[in-house]
Amino acid sequence: MSEPQKVRIVAFLCRWCSYAGADLAGVNRTKYLPNVFPIKVPCSARMDPELVLKAFAEGADGVLLAGCHPGDCHYLRGNYKALRRYNLLKKFVTQMGIENDRLRLEWISASEGSRYAEVVNDMTSKVQKLGPLKWRREIAIEA
Amino acid sequence: MKIGVYVCHCGTNISGVVDVQKVTEYASSLPNVAVARDYKYMCSEPGQNLIIEDIKKFGLDGVVVAACSPTMHEPTFQAAVFRAGMNPYMFQMASIREHVSWVTQDPNEATEKAKRLIEAAVFRDALQAPLEKRRIPVGQAVLVVGGGIAGIEAALKVANAGKKVYLVEKSPSIGGHMAQFDKTFPTLDCSQCILTPKMVEVARNPNVELLDYSEVKNISGHVGDFKVTVVRKPRYVDSTKCTGCGICSTKCPGKAPDEFNLGMNKRKSIYVPFPQAVPLKAVIDRDSCLYFQKNICKVCIKFCSANAIDFDQKPVERTLGVGAIVLATGFKPFDAARAPEYGYGRFTNVITSLEFERMTSASGPTAGKIVLKDGKEPKSVAIIHCVGSRNVNNNVYCSKICCMQSLKHAHLLKEHVPGVTVYNFFIDLRAAGKGYEEFYRRVMEEGTIMVRGRPAYITDVPVDASEKGKLVLVAEDTVLSSVRRYPVDMVILSVGLEASDDAKDIARTFTCSRTADGFFLEKHPKLAPVATPTAGVFIAGACQGPKDIPESVAQAAGAAAEAMSIMVKGYFELDPYLARINEELCSGCGVCLNLCPYNALERDPQTGLSKVVEELCQGCGACVAGCPSNALDLDGFKTKQVEAEMEGILA
Repeated sequence: MSEPQKVRIVAFLCRWCSYAGADLAGVNRTKYLPNVFPIKVPCSARMDPELVLKAFAEGADGVLLAGCHPGDCHYLRGNYKALRRYNLLKKFVTQMGIENDRLRLEWISASEGSRYAEVVNDMTSKVQKLGPLKWRREIAIEA
Repeated sequence: MKIGVYVCHCGTNISGVVDVQKVTEYASSLPNVAVARDYKYMCSEPGQNLIIEDIKKFGLDGVVVAACSPTMHEPTFQAAVFRAGMNPYMFQMASIREHVSWVTQDPNEATEKAKRLIEAAVFRDALQAPLEKRRIPVGQAVLVVGGGIAGIEAALKVANAGKKVYLVEKSPSIGGHMAQFDKTFPTLDCSQCILTPKMVEVARNPNVELLDYSEVKNISGHVGDFKVTVVRKPRYVDSTKCTGCGICSTKCPGKAPDEFNLGMNKRKSIYVPFPQAVPLKAVIDRDSCLYFQKNICKVCIKFCSANAIDFDQKPVERTLGVGAIVLATGFKPFDAARAPEYGYGRFTNVITSLEFERMTSASGPTAGKIVLKDGKEPKSVAIIHCVGSRNVNNNVYCSKICCMQSLKHAHLLKEHVPGVTVYNFFIDLRAAGKGYEEFYRRVMEEGTIMVRGRPAYITDVPVDASEKGKLVLVAEDTVLSSVRRYPVDMVILSVGLEASDDAKDIARTFTCSRTADGFFLEKHPKLAPVATPTAGVFIAGACQGPKDIPESVAQAAGAAAEAMSIMVKGYFELDPYLARINEELCSGCGVCLNLCPYNALERDPQTGLSKVVEELCQGCGACVAGCPSNALDLDGFKTKQVEAEMEGILA
């Protein structure tokens, strides 16, 4: 696989549901595209919008946020907080000229290994289509 | 900063896809890395010793292991570095098995991805700081939810070890499904005879407080200190006065389908659920009671010599403090009407396996007689395996107990009805278990006809005289490769096991997850089968997945041991992930106060700034992300640590 436009997506996975879901995809030997790199966070509510912007600035072509399904949050309501922040962030990011498909929030439970793989493949192919985000270079030029 | 990087081959699990040498070489070129090695099995003792020796030799102050998921072996390596005198939180893991080698097809891509994840871990490790686990005292009581055989067993094990148990059962009597069975396979012990002594024992044990007819409303706190709110539903009978004599039942004019006998007969509106019920106390069913529905009658009051009837009873709420919780909430039998091809509900002589259990029971609706709806004995009976199991339309999984249950029913039919012809329609016969295969052999020797094939449908339309008045099963005998018609008098559908209807609510109340089929998810399928991802909450019995009685009992004992090991130790160690406030940055705006789900943030009355209450903080980080002045940070998941990980990935 020598894609000319190889993209890198940073995935922030909550440690209770989504990280375990990603583990399950591994245990089931579900093959998926290698462009998504997981970072474990305690809860989707830990995700500071600034961290997402920082990821784009550092060169990420896409950012995936994943947490427990509504109602299943280990910390009671963390995923609702994440959803509220995400909706605002999404508006902001779009206004900054970052395409819709580059930022995504998903609910992935510990039992949804196959869903994790599906989300990874779907998001990768969409971001692949958009090509690399040239934010990093632009910011570097400005600075 | 000196970091050691260790890349595991995991046999060939990792090295079969990822070029381990290349990755190790790359790791040694990273900043702060003093040593990088690869090894066949890092988790083995020689692998761990490799790390320990290097820590001493190179004076390492950080260790990164690239191997399986941290869920699997992070504690192993944390313990190893601790043995070498390093703080366990200076260890970081890169998951290059679950997240790389097992899921990536192309070896080059996999090697690249492994490099990135290791770089991320090294960058992060360089910014990690030593942390100490928090010790919290553990309350010396256990809550057991569900009074079936698993719940009873777990409660007894804990109580006999001298600890307090609250056993909560939602129905008026404990016993669960096992109380409804007639015989148990493969020994043919009478189910009631082995269960009821345990029911009595658990109710009489001074360490057990039985909360019958009660449900858990909500729960707060955490392992060691759960606060559980339990609601006891009104029986409309004073349990302290009722003697269980049953006179009220005989006099009561109201009637409703008998739940215990699956609605095969009627019970009274005031009733004792079954003769061996524990507690042996009457209960009034509001929906059919003439007093509650029409404000008339009150016959029970007149005849109760103990003056136990109390129509004014209200639900009673109680809060219990417990250190650990065992969920044993059981299963629900598959609803046979969801397999319409077998005509359950249309043909009166098509019954479920559970209805057959009640029919063969001496205390059941037919007093132990196996009869058709017209009262005659059946001359031929077909038993269909895997109803609701092992098919994509209902449940994909195997319900595990139905093969043995069907064989048991075949045996009971032969025993109760001399000369009866019994067919067993099966897909595969799964008789794995101690004495199970022997029982299968015995049933075959008794003359049960085993047909390998799943019936397509059942019809009552005859094609010749021999089928007149019969139920005709149309099935392919896959051994003969021919479709045949089997006329019989009675059909027993061996229904599978499903997650109970309230499993979803229970999972939410206790914040434990469920697998796709609805059963509770264990912490690890092999190594932690009775633990859940929520510390201090354990699962036992069929709520975790289909299982038979011996397995449920064994699992219950396991769950009890887990609960005991937390309690006896006296304390529980919590993750050291705590929110911290930088007072120089905090403006006292108070945004964080409302974000915390545990009220772990409060305003310091003197300074007006926010303050973290460490005992309450669970380390979710919601406040950190919400703080507009970046005054909050989370130990173990500091912003700069997460950023470093990100930089490593994107380097």
